[in-house]
Amino acid sequence: MAADPTHRAIEAVFRIERARLIAGLARLTRDVDRAEELAQDALLVALTEWPRSGVPANPGAWLMATAKRRAIDGIRHTRMRERKQVEIARELDEERDMSVETVEAALDDPLGDELLGLIFAACHPVVGAEGRAALTLRLVGGLTVEEIARAFLSNEAAIAARITRAKKAIAKAGVAFEVPRGAELTARLGSVLEVVYLIFNEGYAATTGPSLVRPPLCAEAQRLARILAGLLPEQPEVWGLLALVEIQASRLAARAGPDGRFVPLTEQDRARWDRLLIRRGLNALDRAEALAGADGAYVLQAALAACHARARSAQETDWGRIAGLYDRLAEVVPSPVVELNRAVAHSMAFGPEVGLRLVDDIADAALLRNYAPLPAARGDFLFRAGRTGEARVAFETAAALSANERERDFLLARAAACAP
Amino acid sequence: MRVMVFVKATEDSEQGMTPSPELSQMFIDMGKFNEELVNAGVLVAGDGLKPSSFGKRVAFDGPSRTVIDGPFAETRELVAGYWIWEVKDMDEAVEWVKRCPNPMFGPSEIEIRPFYEMEDFGDLIPPEAAEIHDGVGEKLANR
Repeated sequence: MAADPTHRAIEAVFRIERARLIAGLARLTRDVDRAEELAQDALLVALTEWPRSGVPANPGAWLMATAKRRAIDGIRHTRMRERKQVEIARELDEERDMSVETVEAALDDPLGDELLGLIFAACHPVVGAEGRAALTLRLVGGLTVEEIARAFLSNEAAIAARITRAKKAIAKAGVAFEVPRGAELTARLGSVLEVVYLIFNEGYAATTGPSLVRPPLCAEAQRLARILAGLLPEQPEVWGLLALVEIQASRLAARAGPDGRFVPLTEQDRARWDRLLIRRGLNALDRAEALAGADGAYVLQAALAACHARARSAQETDWGRIAGLYDRLAEVVPSPVVELNRAVAHSMAFGPEVGLRLVDDIADAALLRNYAPLPAARGDFLFRAGRTGEARVAFETAAALSANERERDFLLARAAACAP
Repeated sequence: MRVMVFVKATEDSEQGMTPSPELSQMFIDMGKFNEELVNAGVLVAGDGLKPSSFGKRVAFDGPSRTVIDGPFAETRELVAGYWIWEVKDMDEAVEWVKRCPNPMFGPSEIEIRPFYEMEDFGDLIPPEAAEIHDGVGEKLANR
């Protein structure tokens, strides 16, 4: 990046405007690659002109106008090539005003609808979840391929290929860069929220690698959730997701010990929880519940996170309420993973034997066969029930299944603590 | 990164708010700007502060504590309002501040200050101090 202040200012303006530029241009050209190119061209023009002329009063509008002119030139150029020049010359004169107006309309967007349209397109279900996540980080988050690769502990070539595939799938399916309406909005919103939460979780509960948390991914997901709440304030599940990521992110600093070790929720130093994020999360949860969204999957999960956030110490946790919320969540989104968490909640509320009974009911689920948290939870129930020999075996099984080094250390330490 | 953005006071803002068409317009403009911040996912928190005539100071000198009532003289150093923003870097924060409507009727200033982050402390805090610090926090949390 350029070191001189004008260049840095221009780059910062561009970062702020980039997603909106691409959104408007993609709507116009129906081609994400072209939209990215046009936006990049506009930046290059700004980098040559602004140091001389100064940064314009409304830099966003300037960039958009510049990219727009190029887009229109491009459209004309293509048409010229496609048809005979004589024919087109007359037609263009007649059409000219109209097409410029269409372009103006497509780019005039006070409500942020086009940014939202871009988010919905990038998160379209025709693309696999990981492809959606990478594309959203690139187009909406403005992360470079290198940054995304680092975030997902992948290599640049793999991420670049994933993004290219995602773009092709979107082009092939003829996805419009519009905000879906009515029933389609509800259906596609799920896909958007899933992507945001996937990005968050990859930062919060890093499934692989040496480090337990990757805060930049969390921050990016929080930003996306905040944008969505700003643009879709009538959707309870959007507020639910925002509440969930704000409250979970409030614990980032407490989740890893000074030596990078994993610290479980009940042992975290609650003074390290970010009170500002908790307050934001609880406010968002209130908004969701006020919109009659209390039974949404994200709202329920946020309500669960809020139970912990409200407890001033681990001992004060309202496990009865948490168990009840998990009962409802298991009905709304039946899944073995939810059942496992439900078992943990019930063990805390009603004793380890209850937890053991519930966890044994789901032990055969295919999804959980190689899932480290299952034997880890079982080990905890057995330990608390005084069956330390069996607990040790369970913790060792869990450690063998875990792909995260820090988590593995934690599980092995618990196994070692099971004195025979 | 998280930054705090201070709107500095002026003689006007120290007088408090009196209804006027200009003030209404400013509320509208500021509302639009805040909406932009929200829609960009930048705004974390923010509020306006009453004039310093409502404020108090406590002066420290060794063991002594002296309470001083407002208003305070050095108007330009007073804070009239603040935001907390989440931005990529200081350059981005500066660009957002440039877009803010002038928060005052005359010349005014806005100051941006980054928060300390975990890694800034590094070895600055000795382990035993960190322990005391954590213990105090625990008591606060358990209050």
